[in-house]
Order: sequence, then structure tokens, then C-alpha cells
Amino acid sequence: MSAAMSSAMSSANKQSRGAVWFSRLTGEATPIAGYPASVLVADADLAGKRARYIAVVPDPDNRFPRARDGEVGLVEGWQLARAVQELMAADRGSKTKTPIVAVIDVTSQAYGRREEGFGIHQALAGAAGAYAEARLAGHPVIGLIVGKAMSGAFLAHGYQANRLIAIRDPEVMVHAMGKASAARITMRSVDALESLASTIPPMAYDIESYASLGLLWRCLQVAQPDAPSAADIDTVESSLHAALEDILADNSRDLTSRLGAEHRQASSKVRDMLRIQWRASQP
Amino acid sequence: MNTEQLLQRDSFIELNARSRASALLDAGSMRELIGPFDRVTSPWLALQGVVTQSDDGVVVAKGTCDGQPTVVLAIEGAFQGGSLGEVGGAKIAGALELAAQDNRDGVPTRAVILFETGGVRLQEANLGLAAIAEIHSAIVDLRRYQPVIGITAGTVGCFGGMSIAAALCSYLIVTREARLGLNGPAVIEQEAGIAEYDSRDKPFIWSFTGGEQRYRSGLVDAYVEDDAMQIRNMVCELFQRGMPEQNRSDMVQGFLARLIEVDASIQATPELIRTIYQKGFAS
Repeated sequence: MSAAMSSAMSSANKQSRGAVWFSRLTGEATPIAGYPASVLVADADLAGKRARYIAVVPDPDNRFPRARDGEVGLVEGWQLARAVQELMAADRGSKTKTPIVAVIDVTSQAYGRREEGFGIHQALAGAAGAYAEARLAGHPVIGLIVGKAMSGAFLAHGYQANRLIAIRDPEVMVHAMGKASAARITMRSVDALESLASTIPPMAYDIESYASLGLLWRCLQVAQPDAPSAADIDTVESSLHAALEDILADNSRDLTSRLGAEHRQASSKVRDMLRIQWRASQP
Repeated sequence: MNTEQLLQRDSFIELNARSRASALLDAGSMRELIGPFDRVTSPWLALQGVVTQSDDGVVVAKGTCDGQPTVVLAIEGAFQGGSLGEVGGAKIAGALELAAQDNRDGVPTRAVILFETGGVRLQEANLGLAAIAEIHSAIVDLRRYQPVIGITAGTVGCFGGMSIAAALCSYLIVTREARLGLNGPAVIEQEAGIAEYDSRDKPFIWSFTGGEQRYRSGLVDAYVEDDAMQIRNMVCELFQRGMPEQNRSDMVQGFLARLIEVDASIQATPELIRTIYQKGFAS
């Protein structure tokens, strides 16, 4: 990429990664009207079939001032829920359930007084609940992480997917809390936090460490994550297609496919022990 | 409350997680699964020089409530702020998964979750977040068969990804001491500044996220005294009521309609929130 091009891209009206990937993956399809500027919803092709693509993007004019940089706020949470619920309603009588692709690039949930007061936890439950209901109802749900997947925002938008795919890139990040806040809450310095994160995989901020927890179905290499080439789009579309096939070939609608990684052994051990003790305690 | 009433009262808040679970189940029916003597502790805290606890701060208690099979999942707020790591998170998710499976197998197991938690345990960051996503999934699965009842008694309250879990429950019970919100006060102050949210101003914090405010604005279902018998009776009453006509997290149209009425250009007040939200969310 030329210096001029990258400087143009870092200008104020640069599209977010989420918006770029959403627009490239949905191609000619027009986003569905009636959603706020911060929530993009479009029905477009996925491997020859219709799928619903959903993204949360920055809206500098968002009427909630704490939700202007791509955060998932009150309105975003409930609108995500609507985008999923309306699809479920449309497919209710049908045996084939439209797949959903959550294009994930969410910096965080919105932090603010209005947000807490009007129950942002409930708005995010609306979104997380709708995605989970859709998955349980048989809609294949794929989460595609192209940028940040932070904390409550990720729980609301994508973490309920049957399969998670991420792009391998330094800007791609999954975490529970930003570094400054995490340092404050755990009473550590940011330096101390970073040094611990380098030896404790679940604390790390990079996508390779995250991948070692077994939560990703695939981690993809692309050449230009900020401005994907035709080949990059092809790589991601092939992977989405493969994920769809994998979901359809799987009878389970739960999240068990995430278990089994070396860095997540306790999660399996606890379930195995619980199952045995549960049966033994059955009256 | 007069002195006699106070002396007769059996404080729920003063009970630890295990005693709280026991207080909700029929006398003599409680069996703890993966109890402290199984010594399944956090594999991650020890690596960071943090003292572990032999139950990782979560009690899984199986028994009966009103004679019906019930599992109580009680988070111990006194251990690491009730934060959820890999083991504690898997205990809750795994038990809810088994309760849902019971229902598919014809055993009508129900669940009560005692939320006393700051959310993700930052020392296990991404594994806590992943477990919370699985808890969300399991609540949504189980609430299709039986009511899932959440209780936040205090004094830790319920924050982070677990506030989303609370908001996914069929019913939510709070006391005056409880707080329920997505973001902890210190984190909002860190991210948005002290003018937006002063984490040391306790009356301010309670006026927005306290149990009474949440009840008056329709974000929880029951507001009870800090009394073990009263809380137990409320749990029985809500189980008898059966599943709600609509889960609060599914009330998309209602919440979106209320949010349209919010003037986001001015700062929120507790009174304003009550006035708007008292109109309700049913669509």
C-alpha cells in the first residue's frame, strides 16, 4: 500500500474495518432500511444461498454520545436483537433456516450514565438472547472477527455463533476489558499486566493466544485486512462456506465444539465431573 | 421495620454462597456437586501468585424446591469479588446445560442463579468471557422448558457479562442493597471520566443501578426485603407462576419504543428513567 493511500485511509471519514468487510461481503445488496446508521443489516449471497449479514459500525452522529465510535450501546443492542428476531419470525414455518453472519469489529460496549440508567445490560441481553435463540432454532450462525471483539460488545454481537472465524492480524483482538481499565481493576500497572499477559494465554490480547484456547473454528491469513483484495475476500468467503457446511453436518446446536483445547482443559474436566455427580445425585 | 421484626429476620445478604443455596432448597435435600473437597481450583490464579479457593467461588447445589428438582448456582461474592474464571464459569454453564438436558429427558429440573459478581475474572480474562457466553447460551436453552430465576441480593451486586446473564433470566429478584448494571462504576469512570460517572458517589450509583430503581423502572420482577424466608417464598411463587408470556430480553419492540422517547442530548436522571420505563415494554 502506498504512503498516500494509507494516510488517506487514516483520515476522519475512513470506514471502519467492520464496515469495509460488511460492504465487500454483501456486494451489490443494499442494507435493509429502517436500521440506525450504526447497525448494518443486509441479506446477501453466501455460497449460492441467501444469508443475513449484520455489523455494528461507528456513527459520529449517534444521538447517544457515548456510542459514536462503534460501541454497542442501548439502541445497537436492541436493533441487533431485532435484526435476528425478524429473521427468525420470517423463517418460522420453514424447515430451512437462513444463515446469519455477524461481521465483528466492536471496540466495546458503551460506557455512560445514560447507558447504565436505561439498562444497557438488558439491551445486550436482547442481542445475545436473540442470537442464541436463532442458533437453537437451527439458523447457522457464524461470527467473523475482522477487528476488535471486546467484552460485552462481543457477547452481544457474535459470541453466540456456532462457529467463530478470525483474521490473523495485530489489530484483531478479543478481550474482556481494555488494558488501562483492566490494570486499574486488578491493581496492577499496565506494564505488569502486559508482562503477565505474555505468559498467561487467557490474559493475552493477541489473536494467536486467543486461538490457543480453542474458541476459534479457524484463523485466516489475509494480505490486506484494512482494504481486502479480491483474493482476501475469496479466502474469507471460502471459509464462511466451509463453516456453514460444518454447522449443517453437525447435529448439535450448542457450543460444545469450542471445548477440548489444551489451554481450556478445566472447562472439559468440570463438565465431565459434573455429569457423573449429577447422575449420582438424581433422585 | 421495628426492632422485633429486625430480630426475627434472617438476613440473606449475611449468608455465604453455600448457606444461601441451602436456604432456597427444601430442608435436607441439598447435594453439592464439585464441592470444596473435590478441590477443583483455578489453574490460572496459582500461576499469578493469587490464592485459590477450593470451590473457585461457585457452589453448585442440587436438591428440591417445593418438591421439584432444582439446581441452585450460587456465586460467592467474598472470593475475588465473585468474579468468574474458567472453573467457576464452567460449573455454572455445565450445570445449566445438564438441567436443560434433564428437561429433554423428561426430568423437569429448574435453576436459580445467585448473582453476586463483578463479571469476568480479569486474571483469566478470555476464559471467563468464553464461559459467560456459554452461560448465556445455557440460560436461553433452559428457559425454553422451565423458568430460570436470578437473584441479586447484594452487597457485591451483578455486573459485566453476568449482568447480561441476569437480564436473560425468566425472572429477576433484587433487594435494596443490590446493584445491577453492565459496567462497574470504576470502569465507567476510567473510560468516560468522573463527570460522567463518579465511582465514589455511592448514593448516585445506587440511584441509577440499585435494586429499588431497577424495580421501579421495570427492569426486574420482584423487590424483596433482605430476608431468607421472603426470598425463598418469592422463588416458590415465581416458579408456580411458570414461564413468562414473553422474556424481558425478547421485548425488542417495547424497549425500542421507549428509547425513542429518550432525549439523549440531556443527561439521564433516575426520575426520567422511571417515567419513561414505567410505561412498560410489552409489544
